[in-house]
Amino acid sequence: MTSATLRHAGWILRGNPLTGVAAAGVFLLTFIAIFGPWIVPYDPIVSNVSQALLAPSAAHIAGTDQLGRDVFSRLIVAARLDLAIAVSAVGISFAVGAVIGAICGYAGGRLDRGVGRFVDVLMAFPLFVLAMAMVAALGNRVENIVIATAIINLPFYIRFARAEVNIRRNLGWVEAARACGDSHISVVLRFLLPNVLPAMAVQMSLNLGWAILNAAGLSFIGLGVKPPTPEWGIMVAEGARFISTGKWWLIAFPGLALMLAVLFFNLLGDGVRDILDPRMRT
Amino acid sequence: MTAFAATMTRAGKRFLSSLPALFGVLIFTFLLMRVLPGDPAVFFASGPNAGKEEIEVIRKQMGLNKPVPEQLVLYLYDVGRGNLGRSMMTGQLVTKDLRDRLPASLELTFAALLIALVSAVPLGVLAALKPGSVIDHGVRLFCSLGVCMPTFVSGLLLIYVFYYLLGLAPDPTGRVDIFTSPPPSRTGFLLIDFLLAGDIDGWWAAFRQLILPAVTMALFVVAPLARITRASMLVSLGSDFVRTARSVGLPWWRVIVTYALRNAILPVITIAGIVFSTMLGANVLVEKVFSWPGVASYALDALLSSDYAPVQGFVLLMASVFVIVNLVVDILYGIADPRVTIS
Repeated sequence: MTSATLRHAGWILRGNPLTGVAAAGVFLLTFIAIFGPWIVPYDPIVSNVSQALLAPSAAHIAGTDQLGRDVFSRLIVAARLDLAIAVSAVGISFAVGAVIGAICGYAGGRLDRGVGRFVDVLMAFPLFVLAMAMVAALGNRVENIVIATAIINLPFYIRFARAEVNIRRNLGWVEAARACGDSHISVVLRFLLPNVLPAMAVQMSLNLGWAILNAAGLSFIGLGVKPPTPEWGIMVAEGARFISTGKWWLIAFPGLALMLAVLFFNLLGDGVRDILDPRMRT
Repeated sequence: MTAFAATMTRAGKRFLSSLPALFGVLIFTFLLMRVLPGDPAVFFASGPNAGKEEIEVIRKQMGLNKPVPEQLVLYLYDVGRGNLGRSMMTGQLVTKDLRDRLPASLELTFAALLIALVSAVPLGVLAALKPGSVIDHGVRLFCSLGVCMPTFVSGLLLIYVFYYLLGLAPDPTGRVDIFTSPPPSRTGFLLIDFLLAGDIDGWWAAFRQLILPAVTMALFVVAPLARITRASMLVSLGSDFVRTARSVGLPWWRVIVTYALRNAILPVITIAGIVFSTMLGANVLVEKVFSWPGVASYALDALLSSDYAPVQGFVLLMASVFVIVNLVVDILYGIADPRVTIS
């Protein structure tokens, strides 16, 4: 079984080498996020006004910003915060959403309909506006960016877990577990949830990219992260003032960092789905 | 005529079923106002050093000393009468501010949706006609990159290329440049107002100002639209009725447009509705990048200066717009595919 999965993974990778590239990219991002502060050539916070707004050169490969800080160093150091926000937000909504969704899918009935209605309300709304309003209500801090991003992701996980559990709830092995005297909670947590986790992992990878974009958008409009903290969204916001005078590197490089991060997570999600989804196996 | 009546009944039912959602949003905005850090009464007092008694009087006036359920009822009553409070930033009624700024946002969003549909549907159809071809791969690449690009970055890069490098676009601030006098306001949509006033130069100025933000927003939503068009065109092109249409010798464009596309358009309409809602959110970012004087940038400014009545009004407005959009999607459904109404 395991070797078959591995062989299948190898087959998928040969057919779609992009998945390998994406995995390498995500690995690189993780490496940068962990070791970033130790590998940068310049201090990302200390300003040096005599070196302000220099175009990319050998000394500063991504140029310098309005305070003379090295853009490349700031990009590298920012990776940790950006990834931390996205990963913890998606992690929270995954954990909460999977449990709520699984319970609803298993129990059905009035609870299921009530939660379903709540999810509809949440989804029936411009989600970015919702996140904005929540950060406003909870206070303008980074933790609240995480919470807001987690809440707007929640409906997708609830819906997903609910649907996956619902189609399994009357299968033989579930009835067997119940016949053995397992409680409902035990059936949901020990048997049903582990079965839907692989499918949800794919959803998570696809969602990470979206969460990165959302968090960066929120900090771009001035919520959450405060200067001089290096963060990709706020770097774009600070660079925006200089775009009509042609300082393109202040926008292009943070934009590229965001784009690559999202692209890697999306491609990886697609690839992992191909590996895990049995319907794709031939 | 019965089909029309049935569509309306369906739309009416959907409207009724969306009322609970709207009510939920109302409760949400109420809670938003109540759990906010800081005491609204202090904001409305004469200044930061207003006396305790003065604040207490204002609390009474605003009804903040009443129990929360009673406050909720009062709030619902106020909203029902169209009173959303007053903005501290502009000193105006929130309803008036929103009414002044809504056309700017809608003009931008509709222009963007039009651009997105006009480019995404042909792209999707082309990709579906020759799966695996260069066009198909090109469209897929463009879509994969499109969803990864943050709107605010693509907007700024467009400004860099078309304003700074090429000089084709005007200064990216606002709806008209300072040299153009705005037309007499009839609809609030500048492109329509300039036409009504017969001012072609003004229309051109407004159009040039609109095109970059609209394209920015469109770029962001072309990907999902093109992808769904391709997928549903593939299904429809492989169906029996298309084969029949081909075999009886109908011209190719007739087969594609009248038979295949007409039957493939339903999922596209669904996605277009969802996309519209995404765009309402993206408005915040695009309006900020282009200093567009719309409702989203108004709400954002209010939010950053802790002026909560406009934020509340904005959230409510977005929810109402969203309900209306859903209704329109429902009605379009009935027109695009009469079978929907029967089942």
